[in-house]
Amino acid sequence: MPTVGVKRDLLFKALGRTYSESYLLHLSLLNSLQTSEKEIISREQGDSKASGASDTILYKIDVPANRYDLLCLEGLVRGLQVFKNTLEAPRYRRVSPSSGEPQKLVITKETAAVRPHAVAAVLRNITFTQERYDSFIELQEKLHQNICRKRSLVAIGTHDLDTISGPFTYTAKPPGDISFKPLNQTKEYTATQLMSLYKTDSHLRHYLHIIEDKPVYPVIYDSNGIVLSMPPIINGDHSKITLKTKNVFIECTATDVTKAKIVLDMMVTMFSEYCSQPFTVEEAEVVYPDGKTYKYPELAYRKEKLSSEFINRKVGINESTEKIAQLLTRMCLLSQATGVGDEIEVEIPPTRSDIIHACDIMEDAAMAYGFNNIPRTTPRTYTVANQVPGFSSACLMCCSQEDIAEKLAKKISETKAVHISNPKTAEFQVARTTLLPGLLKTIAANRKMPLPLKLFEISDVVLKDETKDVGARNSRRFCAVYYNKSPGFEVIHGLLDRTMQLLEVKSVHSTFFPGRCAEIFVRGKSVGRLGVLHPDVINRFELTMPCSALEMDIEPFL
Amino acid sequence: MADTGVVETLLRLIEKVDDGVDSLEVAASLGVDHQVIVGAVKSLQALGDIISAELRSSKHWELTEEGTEIAEQGSHEARVFSSIPLEGLAQSELMKLSFGKIGFSKAMSNKWIRVDKSHEGGPRIFKTVESIDDQVREKLLLVKKANTAQLEEKEKNELKKRKLLSEVTVKSYWISKGISFSTTITKQETELTPEMVANGSWKEKKFKPYNFEAMGVAPDCGHLHPLMKVRTQFRQIFLEMGFTEMPTNNFIESSFWNFDSLFQPQQHPARDQHDTFFLSDPALAHEFPQDYLERVKKVHSEGGFGSQGYKYDWKIEEAQKNILRTHTTAVSARMLYKLAQQKFTPVKYFSIDRVFRNETLDATHLAEFHQIEGVVADYGLTLGDLMGILHQFFTKLGLKKWVEVGNSGVFRPEMLLPMGLPEDVSVIAWGLSLERPTMIKYGINNIRELVGHKVNLQMVYDSPICRLES
Repeated sequence: MPTVGVKRDLLFKALGRTYSESYLLHLSLLNSLQTSEKEIISREQGDSKASGASDTILYKIDVPANRYDLLCLEGLVRGLQVFKNTLEAPRYRRVSPSSGEPQKLVITKETAAVRPHAVAAVLRNITFTQERYDSFIELQEKLHQNICRKRSLVAIGTHDLDTISGPFTYTAKPPGDISFKPLNQTKEYTATQLMSLYKTDSHLRHYLHIIEDKPVYPVIYDSNGIVLSMPPIINGDHSKITLKTKNVFIECTATDVTKAKIVLDMMVTMFSEYCSQPFTVEEAEVVYPDGKTYKYPELAYRKEKLSSEFINRKVGINESTEKIAQLLTRMCLLSQATGVGDEIEVEIPPTRSDIIHACDIMEDAAMAYGFNNIPRTTPRTYTVANQVPGFSSACLMCCSQEDIAEKLAKKISETKAVHISNPKTAEFQVARTTLLPGLLKTIAANRKMPLPLKLFEISDVVLKDETKDVGARNSRRFCAVYYNKSPGFEVIHGLLDRTMQLLEVKSVHSTFFPGRCAEIFVRGKSVGRLGVLHPDVINRFELTMPCSALEMDIEPFL
Repeated sequence: MADTGVVETLLRLIEKVDDGVDSLEVAASLGVDHQVIVGAVKSLQALGDIISAELRSSKHWELTEEGTEIAEQGSHEARVFSSIPLEGLAQSELMKLSFGKIGFSKAMSNKWIRVDKSHEGGPRIFKTVESIDDQVREKLLLVKKANTAQLEEKEKNELKKRKLLSEVTVKSYWISKGISFSTTITKQETELTPEMVANGSWKEKKFKPYNFEAMGVAPDCGHLHPLMKVRTQFRQIFLEMGFTEMPTNNFIESSFWNFDSLFQPQQHPARDQHDTFFLSDPALAHEFPQDYLERVKKVHSEGGFGSQGYKYDWKIEEAQKNILRTHTTAVSARMLYKLAQQKFTPVKYFSIDRVFRNETLDATHLAEFHQIEGVVADYGLTLGDLMGILHQFFTKLGLKKWVEVGNSGVFRPEMLLPMGLPEDVSVIAWGLSLERPTMIKYGINNIRELVGHKVNLQMVYDSPICRLES
């Protein structure tokens, strides 16, 4: 769940009144927590650094992961005002430029290899203040981190339109052929140089991998060859936005065009509020290599019809059609009863890309109704309980390759082990194929405990198995270890006898190998082994005492 | 056991007196060391109430080694006096004697002797009196004969200062007859034996009382890990509520069942390398229910079943990737699919088993943990039903603020309808981790002490049984 930080005083100013903390907490929209910048810094960096920070009260608000419309102050305030019936949800409109042709972004075919999609729009006659500007930048960052999947799916570029001139070209070039002065730098770099420059940048280095190994890098030029941006890494310095910027050109390049449209809609619906014609957005044309032309932003309103009976039935309430239409309208979903039975027509605005099914509308109705106001009921579902013979244990499932192979004097290829491709530590290289190493490591970590140590575990191991759909299966094992000054083989042997007695197995016989290990046969089938551990194995697990152990497959007995 | 001879003698002594005897006096009269008598008293005490012995302590004066020497041979000054002949003694000669130095100065201050410093051949010492009275020796002799009372406190302190006397504390017992006094002693039995029971001799025996202050021998028994104890409680709760346990013995799962079937888009951050363990061997799953897979693909990429879908390019390659399952909901998905292939009957399922996340490890996060999951599938379930059943579940658990503990919700139609479940069937589900409540219950702060080979076995031995409602 993303967290949005808003300054309390700004929030109240925007709402036109103050609210008590507890009131905000009770709003089912929000889950807020009061804190100040000072507190955050002092928590994260220590008191000494916090002394200079402001005492401004910040609200940290948890926003549902898919509610991109609540990621900035503008959207939050709008949502709250509509919810409180103090504002009618604005209608967002795409308009043609008052004079001349719309801005054009032409995509060339080279982009297909790296980042094939782009969308664009213009915010005309916008007025920035420091707070609005900060919020504008912050929203881009929030969108980049969430829906844009750290810029891999979508990257946003915003530009001062008055510093550049269309038509714009979105193309892709070998990194050596791209050269420009990037944002907040003083000289020009080639794309190759930039990639090494940003290797150490704490923020930008996380995005380099998206294009690093591609033969060509995406780049956007204006008609004079000025670089607007090299997505998804950095914008050009030339077209950067300032507080004085009046006209903003927004481009989003993407690997997922659906997400790009949502991101563009989100940017323009949130900030068109500050345009001279509020909530209007000037269209831009995007021309694909095949000549197809699209107008953006889409700002599509979609209509859904559903019955109030559906909502009542799914939520478990009993409200009139009109009441439910009101609830939905307060959630920015303009709704009205159509008069045909209990039918409600719901309009989904471009800000609510999260509504993809009637069940989402139902959930919004429940949220507006208040989850805590829904009467709690018990499902009538009549069932008879059954249990799976089950055990489990507390040793870890994953371990290092060494634990199940080298340390037990086996080759890893003999183990039928399942291998993990992306472990963060060596402790997660494989899923265990035997329970013994876990118990031996437990003893090693508890050597201070009085002897003898007797440990057992009943749990699953994982083995490769071609016959299964995923190519592997679990197998339930029983393992016991006796650790003392003498190996105590008889203890382990006695445990086996007792286990077999409890499992009502009569025909157990152990074939003793020359030496001190025995194989366990049940009904003629080998199910495991018991014996005294080899001193080398004891040493490899950093143990010092003799040790006897038993491990067997108990799958046949389940 | 003390010398039986001494014990019997002691008992006879006590028998003769009316009140009692002092152990020190007994030792003196028998001519044995006091400790022997103390030993006899202790062993008699262990036999019950044969005697009663009251511990007393008294202070008395004793001669030091030097004091003993003086009591025998006279004080240093007296010995100096008697070693001087009539014609006198050269001072240098006197100083050669062991008592010379101390005796000389004392005899001088007593004015028993004089020094003729001008004597030819060095200073010479002469007696000044005919005879002397060696009071020091006499006082010490009094002490030796235990007649200390005749000395004044000042005198005793003077002698103490000269390190001739020392004051010692003596502990002794005042021994008198006990309730069951007898001069013959029977040995106390430590344990009841089969013979005693058989021949009835226990009736005559005395039994040594147990020491109830001591710890008993720890029972030789197994100990269950706290997680297992809490798990048992959770299973119990589910079973009481009529839930059937799902078979969860498949840690390796395909991305298809773990994510795609749950309508989780392929670009979802949970499917990132940083969050999920992918397998390199076996890397891919190779078998899926084909028509179901097509429906899943369609609902993701185009929508359908009343949904807009995510509208992206769904790839089978992504769905095939094998992983360590990240939640037991993958099992729920398989179970619900299976259910949809039969004539639908309402079900309540639960599972408690291991799941895996590629997390950075710290005190509260492990890369593997146990997930508890409950699922109800029936016609016409409501959000009210979800909240009601959660309330029941967490009330049984004894938790009031359950919102913060787990996750809950209604499965989306985009997940259920492609499986083939009837349209009016709803499925509600909730989940939580097993480790969190266990850590709270047993007051464990570091999850690594609870799970994995660094587990503290003492903690496993000591943890009480789990009763969640208390």
